Amino acid sequence: MREIDLVIIGGGAAGMSGALGALNNGTQSILIIEKESDVGGILNQCIHNGFGLHTFKEELSGPSYAEKYYNQLDLNKIEIKYESQVISISEDKILLISSKDGYEEIKAKAILLASGSKERTGAVISLKGDRPIGVYTAGTAQKYLNIDGILVGKKVFILGSGDIGLIMARRMTLEGAKVLGVAELMPYSNGLARNIKQCLEDFDIPLHLSHTVTRVIGYPRLKAIELAKVDENRQVIEDTKQIIECDCLLLSVGLIPDDSLIEDLNVKMAKNVIVDNNYMSSISGIFLAGNALHIHDLVDFVSSEGYEAGVACAHYIKDNKVAEIKHHSIVGDGIGYIIPQVFDDSDVTFSFRVNRIFKKCKIHIVGDGIDKTINKLSLVPSEMERIKLTKEELSNIKGDLKIEVLS
Amino acid sequence: MYDVAIIGAGISGSLIAHELSKYDLKIAVFEKEADMAQGASGANSAIVHSGHDPIDGTLKAKFNVLGNRMFKGLCEELQVAYKEIGAFVCATNKQEEETLMTLYERAKSRDIKCELLEPSKALELEPNLSDDVTKVLSLPTTGIITPWEVVISAMEEANINGTDVFLETEVKTLEYKDGIYTINEQYQTKVLIDAAGVYADDIYRLLAPCDYDITPRKGEYFILDHLKHNVVNRVIYPVPGKKGKGVLVVPTIHNNILLGPNSDPIDYKDDISTSNGLDYVKANVTKTVKNIPFNKIIHTYAGLRPSGNYHDFVIKEDDDYKNFIHVACIESPGLASSPAIAKYVCDELVLPKFESHLKENYIRRTPLTIMNNLSLEEKNQKIKENPEFGEIVCRCEKISKAEVKEAINRPLGATSIKGVKRRVRPGMGACQGGFCEPLIFKILKEELNLKDEEVKYDGQGSEVMKAKAKELL
Repeated sequence: MREIDLVIIGGGAAGMSGALGALNNGTQSILIIEKESDVGGILNQCIHNGFGLHTFKEELSGPSYAEKYYNQLDLNKIEIKYESQVISISEDKILLISSKDGYEEIKAKAILLASGSKERTGAVISLKGDRPIGVYTAGTAQKYLNIDGILVGKKVFILGSGDIGLIMARRMTLEGAKVLGVAELMPYSNGLARNIKQCLEDFDIPLHLSHTVTRVIGYPRLKAIELAKVDENRQVIEDTKQIIECDCLLLSVGLIPDDSLIEDLNVKMAKNVIVDNNYMSSISGIFLAGNALHIHDLVDFVSSEGYEAGVACAHYIKDNKVAEIKHHSIVGDGIGYIIPQVFDDSDVTFSFRVNRIFKKCKIHIVGDGIDKTINKLSLVPSEMERIKLTKEELSNIKGDLKIEVLS
Repeated sequence: MYDVAIIGAGISGSLIAHELSKYDLKIAVFEKEADMAQGASGANSAIVHSGHDPIDGTLKAKFNVLGNRMFKGLCEELQVAYKEIGAFVCATNKQEEETLMTLYERAKSRDIKCELLEPSKALELEPNLSDDVTKVLSLPTTGIITPWEVVISAMEEANINGTDVFLETEVKTLEYKDGIYTINEQYQTKVLIDAAGVYADDIYRLLAPCDYDITPRKGEYFILDHLKHNVVNRVIYPVPGKKGKGVLVVPTIHNNILLGPNSDPIDYKDDISTSNGLDYVKANVTKTVKNIPFNKIIHTYAGLRPSGNYHDFVIKEDDDYKNFIHVACIESPGLASSPAIAKYVCDELVLPKFESHLKENYIRRTPLTIMNNLSLEEKNQKIKENPEFGEIVCRCEKISKAEVKEAINRPLGATSIKGVKRRVRPGMGACQGGFCEPLIFKILKEELNLKDEEVKYDGQGSEVMKAKAKELL
């Protein structure tokens, strides 16, 4: 059985920078498992601009952003096993991998799960009505269009204002489809402000806030959707139902971390897989980063998280260094989730999202030995917040640390 | 001229064709959809009931009991999956316990293996039974199948042995003259079998006023993803009520869980939409089972039961039209009964009309390769023979490119994305085709020499592509 120090599952943004983080910190034996024939992951189908503003201070397309990382992997001769799929992982970190060369078992000292996310489907949101062709998740429609040159609809309606949906509203318009509108269940958009502006407003595509699709109509092809307004409790207001004719409904209703490979292991879960400040799960040597851990809105943050996780993997491999868990992150009022959920006294970057919109508010970080507030003009669920606390700040605290929003 | 023409490629039609194809008869099957098992046979609870439920004296009781005993052998013959996982019928109060006793007595009188269990004993075997359960009837001979796999495989084997299968061929006209039936003014047959599911009465009416009526009853279901720990290990029924067997929890062959169905009469025979029936399913399923992870729902679907106004199967030769055989109103337990119905129709109704003999060179179908069922050594041997067995196209269900190609390139193989999905499962997993569908699209296009605009999700009118990029500008 081949033995590798660090096996990285997924050659997307998180996996590639994870490899570089580990390499730069002394790990020599690294293998990236990639299911496609190229690295880059979902970046390869994101041909729009807007990637790399934080990391490279320039606006790149998805493939160009991926290429920058690939060039560094190539330069450092990091081994990538293409067209390969991890079938299973055991708790003692033996991976079973399928490829054209056969099934191979590899023993790893550390594993970085960077397998990205999957899209929420119509079934997950209990989309009701007929079951016609023409209902697609936005990412699948994006792959059909940007990779294969195929438009899956001429008259398109979009449910959910997640970023992929907004990007697809513009893409499909530019490629010749008519995008009739975007419905969002919440009273606020779930996409980045710049995407609302550049993808909807610039193309006069209406955004229907507090609206949802109550029924899909047509068989075998989608003929129409039923759109309705919802009240403040997200209940459909019956007399607002209207029929909109369209041949395609795109769903942009959120992403779910794809942690299915470690689901069957005894890994501790909260809303997400529980990790420490080194991005290590409750199983020693299994790390997670990027969308496989929690959903990001900017790839730059995926890359930096991947890099940090890669660094932690290197230290784990070299010195068996693990976080000595002393504290838990407590999700306070207004907060959806916090990563990491457990941590020690080193520098820790907390990533979290709020669960509703706040204007002129404070982020309050509080515990025995810490009481810190950060003023914010606004906080929205669609934008991830990151706060770094230094080891000096953390060394004084006893017990757990709560993050909450004070409005 | 055909000896026998069968209308409908559901479980009844396909098993009758399969049974008859063993004899030297000329057989045709007409199906309006692009694939087999597209009606009730493709959307149901996937259970081979033990035969405890139908009331005495009905065809349902007769064929269910026999069918259950035949099913394992049939699946071995077709080389498809059958699992005898057993079932619990769960009572939650005194009144239901009385009904349970009736079922118990009925099962015993039919020589169906059964046992009454106290909740404590039942909980040992099914820890997630609801705390409200007061008495359990265990029916260990209850089985599960993948219904469309049985249908498709039976039809495939019939086809290999000479049965003509006309897909996307709706029967629009029927004529009877001089002892011969003519279908669509084109195909002639001596014996005509109406196995058209919810449309059986409509087919009958093409010839004469129909003496039964079918009102479809819709059932809606949820499917749960593979779970680390199964919620249940066997089929869990509530005590049956007026509307049928109630809302069930059913493990599937591929380690998913089905929850459903509800039961609502509907007006249109093509209404397979999902609506608030799902809310009903959610509310009722917890009566018998607790700890159901509703957050693991990956799919919803609805099926139509072809319910007749006499509340029993209609299986007989027509009184007025000679050699016209009705196999109609095959609602639950139709699936479980189907091997027995096919045998009866073949042996009692069709074969006596001909001087036919068993074929000497009957050919068995070649089963599909299922990589997930092979050992590591066997997998590597397969990949050595064909590296595409190592190329995973469906990451949720771990299906290789070669398995997809096998499903396409075979008699009555898949011609659509849905056809591939039902034969080898890409799209059945948590992503519901989000990742793999564009890959399956490409494989179909290459294997069937199609243009982009010709690749379909299912039948006519379900082409994936609406336009090429920039074509509309």
